[in-house]
Amino acid sequence: MEPGRLHFSWISSAEATKFAETARAVVKMVKAVGPSQHFLKKQAEVV
Amino acid sequence: MQGYTERIQEAARRLLVDKQVDVVIGFRKGTVPLMNEPFLAKNVDQVRQLYWDGNCGMNLANYLPKRTDRIGIVAKGCDSRNIVIHLLEYQIKREQLYILGAPCRGMIDRRRILASLEGKDPSSAEEKDGVIKVVGSDFEVTLDRQEYLQENCSICIHRNPVIFDELLGEPVPEQQNVDRYPDVNQVEAMSPEQRWVYFENLTKTCIRCYACRNACPLCFCPTCFVDESRPQWIGKSIDPTDTRTFHFLRAYHVAGRCTDCGSCERSCPVGIKMRQFTKKMEKDIKELYGYEAGVIADQRPPLDTYRPDDPQQFIK
Repeated sequence: MEPGRLHFSWISSAEATKFAETARAVVKMVKAVGPSQHFLKKQAEVV
Repeated sequence: MQGYTERIQEAARRLLVDKQVDVVIGFRKGTVPLMNEPFLAKNVDQVRQLYWDGNCGMNLANYLPKRTDRIGIVAKGCDSRNIVIHLLEYQIKREQLYILGAPCRGMIDRRRILASLEGKDPSSAEEKDGVIKVVGSDFEVTLDRQEYLQENCSICIHRNPVIFDELLGEPVPEQQNVDRYPDVNQVEAMSPEQRWVYFENLTKTCIRCYACRNACPLCFCPTCFVDESRPQWIGKSIDPTDTRTFHFLRAYHVAGRCTDCGSCERSCPVGIKMRQFTKKMEKDIKELYGYEAGVIADQRPPLDTYRPDDPQQFIK
């Protein structure tokens, strides 16, 4: 997987601001990486 | 190593006659050369079928989970480590087991021998003093045993059983200064895209027979995630996405538990090198937690316990 697509964070239920900030940051970073090219299953490839 | 055959038979007979165990798990000679099969001797008459040589690569710990009887089991270094893991994961109780430890000099890679014969069909093979004599109807070759070890055996650093009730022979010297991860280092040095291609090619030939899972002593879940249909985690086709998901997930399931016994690769009918996945896990666990699976009998595996100093740089 490309770096920047997977993020981990520890946020308490009391930390609403941190949650919102993290969510925005993650969305921004994943958008920057672009649509995933892997782990897509379009149609069963029968060989 | 063949000397163990007599010792195993003697011990099995004794254990069964004394009613110390209900079954002895070992190997018997297979029906084709260079292949032995796991065998459960349940009475004294069956004891003479027990056999041992360099073709006993399968991991016998695979036959232990959830058994309720008393078991005698022949264990190489790797089998014994998997027994430790079974004990830690509550799959079997120590009181049920009588472990016949087999110090091991590595098991033979049958595939490489067959490849070296270039299509000729062996009718028998015999080991003696560090060489393997392979005989067919119109040929006879002598091979250096050390050259034809299974890959995982040639880099093994735990040849002697870690737990046992009785040893079948003198402990063997452990291999020193082994570089266990040259191939993993190579993959780590690749870019994400190169790595993707590498893994894609690695699993390309997979027919999803699950022989690797079935041969693995760690895969004892009542229902494997690949067999589950509610919810269905993974498609059952040989679509590359499904195949890849299977191999990646299986590798993660054995993280911190895999002893690199090589049963998965040995059992694969198409010769996929899935130890490339499990070895990376093994290396990470060693580097991050300083832990080797199944070596210390009373240490919880790092992934089923919490320590305040666990590495957590990846959490933001």
